[in-house]
Amino acid sequence: MAFEGLAERLQGTLQKIRGKGKVNEADVKEMMREVRFALIEADVNLKVVRSFVKTVSEKAVGQDVLKSLTPGQQVVKIVQDELTNLMGGEQAPIQFARKSPTVIMMVGLQGAGKTTTTGKLATLLRKSHNKKPLLVAADVYRPAAIEQLETLGKQLTIPVFQRGTDISPVEIVRQALEEAAEQHHDVVMIDTAGRLHVDEALMQELKDIQELAKPDEVFLVVDAMTGQDAVNVAKNFNETVGITGVVLTKLDGDTRGGAALSIRSVTEKPIKFIGVGERMDALEPFHPERMASRILGMGDVMSLIEKAQANVDEEKAKEMEEKFRTQTFTLDDFLDQLQQVKKMGPLDELLKMMPGANKIKGLENAQVDEKQMGRVEAVIQSMTPTERATPEIINANRRKRIAKGSGTSIQEVNRLLKQFNDMKKMVKQMSNMQQKGNKKMRMPGLDSFFK
Amino acid sequence: MSFFKKLKEKITGTNESVTEKFKEGLAKTRDQFTSKINDLVAQFREVDEEFFEELEDLLLQADVGFETVMELIDELRLEVQRKNIKNTDGIQSVISEKLVEIYQAGDEGTAELNIQENELSVILMVGVNGVGKTTTIGKLAARFQAEGKTVMLAAGDTFRAGAIDQLVVWGERAGVEVIRQSEGSDPAAVMYDAIRAAKNRKVDILICDTAGRLQNKVNLMNELEKVHRVIDREIPGAPHEVLLALDATTGQNALVQAETFKEATNVTGIVLTKLDGTAKGGIVLAIRNKLNIPVKFVGLGEGIDDLQPFDPEKYVYGLFAEGLELEEQQEDK
Repeated sequence: MAFEGLAERLQGTLQKIRGKGKVNEADVKEMMREVRFALIEADVNLKVVRSFVKTVSEKAVGQDVLKSLTPGQQVVKIVQDELTNLMGGEQAPIQFARKSPTVIMMVGLQGAGKTTTTGKLATLLRKSHNKKPLLVAADVYRPAAIEQLETLGKQLTIPVFQRGTDISPVEIVRQALEEAAEQHHDVVMIDTAGRLHVDEALMQELKDIQELAKPDEVFLVVDAMTGQDAVNVAKNFNETVGITGVVLTKLDGDTRGGAALSIRSVTEKPIKFIGVGERMDALEPFHPERMASRILGMGDVMSLIEKAQANVDEEKAKEMEEKFRTQTFTLDDFLDQLQQVKKMGPLDELLKMMPGANKIKGLENAQVDEKQMGRVEAVIQSMTPTERATPEIINANRRKRIAKGSGTSIQEVNRLLKQFNDMKKMVKQMSNMQQKGNKKMRMPGLDSFFK
Repeated sequence: MSFFKKLKEKITGTNESVTEKFKEGLAKTRDQFTSKINDLVAQFREVDEEFFEELEDLLLQADVGFETVMELIDELRLEVQRKNIKNTDGIQSVISEKLVEIYQAGDEGTAELNIQENELSVILMVGVNGVGKTTTIGKLAARFQAEGKTVMLAAGDTFRAGAIDQLVVWGERAGVEVIRQSEGSDPAAVMYDAIRAAKNRKVDILICDTAGRLQNKVNLMNELEKVHRVIDREIPGAPHEVLLALDATTGQNALVQAETFKEATNVTGIVLTKLDGTAKGGIVLAIRNKLNIPVKFVGLGEGIDDLQPFDPEKYVYGLFAEGLELEEQQEDK
């Protein structure tokens, strides 16, 4: 049940007005209705949507949309720019205290992911900032919350300060600060209990901790799936403890994450990090422009490119480019490419990041067949080195042997060989076309192997 | 007889304290929502387009979701025409009536759990991360114990740090046995063990915890399917209930969650957790409307007895209580 992105939504409206050549103000109004729908479906708070749409439609009418020959694209661009703008132009780094230790307090509702984020953030601070964090288990309410933080601490070999559950969180924090001074920790991270923003007693407790610890950063941890209520939560926490930043968690899910915009507009505090997986290194800086695309359902090309860059070996890419150009590309190289793609993660997740991928009917259910990928691998691996280098020598007998060795059929072997040939031809054409060659050229037609 | 009177009769026929708890837990939600409805009614003397637009906004802000709101508003329009309602005095009961109607969609009594007589019943708890699966299991266990059933828990979340310990604590609180293996072990194997143990000890109900997983993680959803399969293989027809825990603060993604988890594990009901905050959980109306999955319980607090069976009438009553009471007073005069 994929929700339509803004672009697709506008498409419908545009079809109605197509042929008119230009659009009038009423058409812009109609388009703004679609913008409103798209944002509400992305869980942006209604009030926020309202003021947003007002701003955008003023811009749209004032600008060239009326004159533009591609009014839809123009509107999408205005919306996207405005969203990016609102969510905070620049990235906001962590504020460290001038005098150690830097105290970071994690607050939020139950189940938002505070403890997990505490572990991830500690990992990041140690790795990228060379810090020596102390984690403080201040959740004395939820069963086994302390054990959870201790387990994480053990996994990460980061010390955890705890005093059990029979002592007040404020006292735990007081003792932890002493410990941090003695042990020369330069970062103290306080993992507080999840609480409802309307629970006065527990909100007072947060205030007490804050007055004692005087944190340099108070991070509100918010589930990216949060709906309309995100504004109430953010507002209350901000008013009570004065948050300094937001961490948006569970963005590896398929939610649009409109809460990001809601929170940002009621608190005016930057979103500093996003949680993108269960592993301890799955915490990334927040990029407003990517979030804007996501809220609008337009795919996340930047993340895709980054993922590719992180996993593709620069050297190998150059080598491959050379092979493309000189037409010495073999099945071995192909296997190599295959494995690199695999390293980037599950294919269907990659596909979902692609713009327009949600437009393709049936993609939602059509799993990219990773098994099929394994079969292609098996076929190539069942060939001798000579066969891989010069596939022309593969005759009927060899085909039979390869099929048998890989547990596939002769048809499958044939199909692979044919597709490999087609690809070679295509590469030849392409390299003729652009003699100079493009940097990091990706394998064309790779996708046809998995259909 | 007015809708409200029917409603009240139904409710007073049941446990008064339960209703109180419901009202109390929903107080925050209700305060916000009903005061808005009241404002709306006070603001508009007439039921006109503007009134409907405001109402639409109100429902959208409760996370009901666009399509369901549109359907509801359309039906309300018809109803208002049919009954020839001109001013806003009588509109509240019509609104709640429609909400309950959309929810019930013909069949009633859907909150009942499918519990076997004199035989082991298995309940599988599923959901995304951090929605309150383990806490709900603790509360459910206490509830069954109080009903005189014997209960056993299976610690199927072998992934998240501290998850097993968390369930063990709940087990101690409720006084029930927890079958566990070490962190990182195969959840399907835990289920297998637990079913064996439950059969041997002749317990009535086995409740199985699972690790939270985002519904777009294909491998994790496959793992869940496997868990489901293993249970079914050991006891044909089991699990007898697959409960999806849903955080009331979740927005439109809840619909996708419900759909995907239903595909993987044939979800039979929803537990709407954290309803004691200001979130309204209106998306359950859309889920019921589109996927026909009923809500079976609501979580209204952190106490072990803060889990209540869902009753759509009470839910709506909770949302509209103030407005309805006012209306009744006027009616009585």
